[in-house]
Amino acid sequence: MAAPLSVQVEFGGGAELLFDGVKKHQVTLPGQEEPWDIRNLLVWIKKNLLKERPELFIRGDSVRPGILVLINDADWELLGELDYQLQDQDSILFISTLHGG
Amino acid sequence: MLWQVLEGLSQDSAKRLRFVPGVVFADEGAACGQSPEDRAKTLAEAKLVLQTVGFPWHIVALEEVFSLPPSVLRCSAREPVGTEGAYKAAVDSFLQQHHVLGEEKQSRPCPQHPQGRAGPPTAGQTEALSRLFNSVKTLTAKEELLQTLRTHLILHVARTHGYSKVMTGDSCTRLAVKLMTSLALGRGAFLAWDTGFSDERHGDVVVVRPMREHTLKEVAFYNRLFAVPSVFTPAVDTKAPEKASIHRLMEAFILRLQAQFPSTVSTVYRTSEKLVKAPRDGCAAGTPGPRCLLCMCVLDVDTADSATAFGAQTSSQLPQTQPPVAEAEAPTVSCCHSGMGRAQHCCRMEADPRACDPRACVTAQLCYGCRVNMKDLVSGGPSPAREQAGAGLGLRLRSPGTSGSSLLQPSLDPLPPYILAEAQLRSQRAEAEQEIQERLLEAEDGARPGATSAEQAHEDGARPGATSAEQEGADGL
Repeated sequence: MAAPLSVQVEFGGGAELLFDGVKKHQVTLPGQEEPWDIRNLLVWIKKNLLKERPELFIRGDSVRPGILVLINDADWELLGELDYQLQDQDSILFISTLHGG
Repeated sequence: MLWQVLEGLSQDSAKRLRFVPGVVFADEGAACGQSPEDRAKTLAEAKLVLQTVGFPWHIVALEEVFSLPPSVLRCSAREPVGTEGAYKAAVDSFLQQHHVLGEEKQSRPCPQHPQGRAGPPTAGQTEALSRLFNSVKTLTAKEELLQTLRTHLILHVARTHGYSKVMTGDSCTRLAVKLMTSLALGRGAFLAWDTGFSDERHGDVVVVRPMREHTLKEVAFYNRLFAVPSVFTPAVDTKAPEKASIHRLMEAFILRLQAQFPSTVSTVYRTSEKLVKAPRDGCAAGTPGPRCLLCMCVLDVDTADSATAFGAQTSSQLPQTQPPVAEAEAPTVSCCHSGMGRAQHCCRMEADPRACDPRACVTAQLCYGCRVNMKDLVSGGPSPAREQAGAGLGLRLRSPGTSGSSLLQPSLDPLPPYILAEAQLRSQRAEAEQEIQERLLEAEDGARPGATSAEQAHEDGARPGATSAEQEGADGL
């Protein structure tokens, strides 16, 4: 049983357009059986934060190619990408490098 | 890029850069359909960043293309490249200047008011710009048009303020996408100019791309780690679906491939490095051929080449611009094909006082890629999908749903006036040259000196309205 986590989710490079223009979100993830990882976080974001056009942010299981993910200012590829387990007070940053949105 | 330039120019960097930069910010809100409040907000943010940077800055609105002079489209001759000695002397004098101004500059704040800005664009201009962009049928053509107009605008600013180089912030990823997109758009002949490090097609102003070795990922990380302020503004294709334009499609394709094969972007980049800017076959060294009206590259089209799809396209265009009479088709087609080595507009009828249909005249001065664009730009009727352009050329003869005798006349009005003015000037000059050329040939047949026949051309100038053009052409010769 994972305890509720408090993480900061940020969007940049235009991705904030899909989230009502709000760049920083301080979110509290509810407790659940499996530990929170990025995969679950994305599902949670899609359900709770994403205001429109989910296909512009999420593709299948992961983010759309062209969107960079930084976990605590480090590339997520170094931390295991979708399998990285979230810790309390983590900071996840999504930067869109795509030309249009 | 701006931040890196700032670093490079700072006093304590190891290898100081030796130039005086200025910054241009092009406000394209009107083309993207932004509201005036949003535009004002973006401008305010941009001003904040520009003021922090400290270089002289210029904010130009895209609406200003309507007041550009036709000289923007002309390739000015470059100043002769100096020798080694001249370079060292220039650097020395620059350093001296900078030393003197050094103390002054530190204490004096950067100019408060923007330089070279004529005030906010008028509502009329904004509306004209919106009309222009709304008249474009496809998103691809919109993006291309936007890029073309932006280039012209920045070129004009650079020329007006005496800048010799324009640095753009195109990264490796963006250039890889641009390369593939250009191929898809029919601009394969100009890849070396469009994606290379330096682009000298404008003559006096060189466009350089110093960031072309950095991928977008590196740039994004750099910006984040060094807290580089950024301004985000929506573009024409923001939130567009993936297949809305060729640019978007290609971007999605490359990025998706990159996710699976991380060497994609660098491979495309390395390939683009190998592209060489070679002059066209058949062009004598030193005499460049005619240039495209919009992108200013040396034209890659041959009107004489009727066997290719391009030849079919040109000949199929002509009946569109004239009343679709079956008998008229045959002479126009042969006129087109027999126009070998002559002026580029093959639609000129011998005895036609109306010389040239404006649309065909403009189209004849464009390279292949720009021509395909222009079709979507000013098409009066629905045009078939771009991806079928190769196969569907024959379909363009008649737009579906219209009766045979009433083709919608496309109008060039939405285009900015400097483009139309330059097009007209070029076609008039070409006609005048051709006219004189013919006279000279006739004179040679009759064994008379060339000078006398040139005078005769002046006297014989019976075509109304063309006399001044002829004179101008003669002066130019």
